[in-house]
Amino acid sequence: MAENRLTTSFKAVVIGGSAGSIEVLLKLLPALASPLPVALMIVLHRKNSTDSSLADLLSSKTMIPLHEVEDKDPVLPGAIYLAPADYHLLIEKDEVFSLDDSEKVNYSRPSLDVTFESAADVYGSSLVGILLSGANADGTAGLNLIKARGGVLIAQKPATAQAAFMPQHAILHAPIDRVLDVDEMAVFINSLNRPN
Amino acid sequence: MIEEADIDLVLNDLFEVYGYDFTNYARASLKRRISRLFLLDKFPSFAEFRYRLKSDPGYLKRVIEGLTVTVTEMFRDPLFYKALRTEIVPTLAAKPFIRIWHAGCSTGEEVFSMAIVLKEANLLHKSLLYATDLNPQVLEKARRGVFPLVQMKQYSENYIESGGKNDFSAYYTAQYGQVKFEESLAEKMIFSTHNLVSDRSFNEFDLILCRNVLIYFDKPLQERTLNLFDESIGTLGYLALGSKETLNFSSIKAKYRQLNKEKIWRKIG
Repeated sequence: MAENRLTTSFKAVVIGGSAGSIEVLLKLLPALASPLPVALMIVLHRKNSTDSSLADLLSSKTMIPLHEVEDKDPVLPGAIYLAPADYHLLIEKDEVFSLDDSEKVNYSRPSLDVTFESAADVYGSSLVGILLSGANADGTAGLNLIKARGGVLIAQKPATAQAAFMPQHAILHAPIDRVLDVDEMAVFINSLNRPN
Repeated sequence: MIEEADIDLVLNDLFEVYGYDFTNYARASLKRRISRLFLLDKFPSFAEFRYRLKSDPGYLKRVIEGLTVTVTEMFRDPLFYKALRTEIVPTLAAKPFIRIWHAGCSTGEEVFSMAIVLKEANLLHKSLLYATDLNPQVLEKARRGVFPLVQMKQYSENYIESGGKNDFSAYYTAQYGQVKFEESLAEKMIFSTHNLVSDRSFNEFDLILCRNVLIYFDKPLQERTLNLFDESIGTLGYLALGSKETLNFSSIKAKYRQLNKEKIWRKIG
């Protein structure tokens, strides 16, 4: 892969995480530069709860606008979107979100695989998939689909993850492009679509 | 992997052969549903899946069940039910007769929840609960009022969180891992097929509940459906949507006022 391929013409980044990933985001979000060069979607395994305290917590860490997604919200560059609890998060071809409350996948709703797959369908090679800390195998299958459509894959460095299983599983079973710690992830996202 | 063009072919078959129109369903979710069915039923090729669907009306049932999401629970989002109990139902009490429509009721868990709320407000005797779905099989389940016993612990917790004061288990009798809700709840329910895509308004209601159905529609179909609801709600009637759904971007918005942070709107115009 050419190095400049990694810094040009990206439209979206999807970050998936499970156990131990909120701490990562609390560190990552303040390090992201505004305006954000892409749309950033965050999908976390979380307790089924309708309260929006997680969105409040995360948005307190960044000047970039951050919303918990409502059905058919448009996907806009420069914004951060959090998947709501108890729905799968999907993206339509015309770049609006759709929510889906069908069966859990990998014991999870939202499932990381579901959003990775849907985003891969829409964004193809202009998508980055990032997998954070977690204790199950959700995400790996979806990352493979992102790669099949030409996107870029990043896993959190397992040694820096509270729960190393999920990123380790992805590193073993998907063609991960880069294994990064949190500071390196921030540098990477900030550099997207910007000339070197 | 199933391609966009395959989806179009199946949707065309469903409409041409059986009259079911899914073309304005949200495509991303529909694609997942069709892919899932195709994998579960282990078809060697997509052509064989289509052939089976077109030639076997028995298989249609499975496809309808597979394409529509039937996930539901009793007292789902307990705080929504709390708002119903404390803010909505009391304003209906003075009416001689209360008409409620559960649009897209699936297997009926929300209808039984509503009946319990009305019974506890002493209003069930003068209420009618119309419950509709496009899928005849889920309606058959709803009509029986029989649900798995394993879910009752969760439902009971939801019920209490919604402000329920009784012993939830007093509403049902358990047998062989199933529970049957008491007959007096079901007496006021009318179950019928109704397809929000193609069928029209059929009555005027004081409250319409349609929760987590619009998320499966694209925007034009959401707009059509919201207009259908608007035609079916009397002045000062209510519309309740799912926790991530809204009417804020629809043409009927001006006639409605959102009540509180729950997704309940009142018709004021």
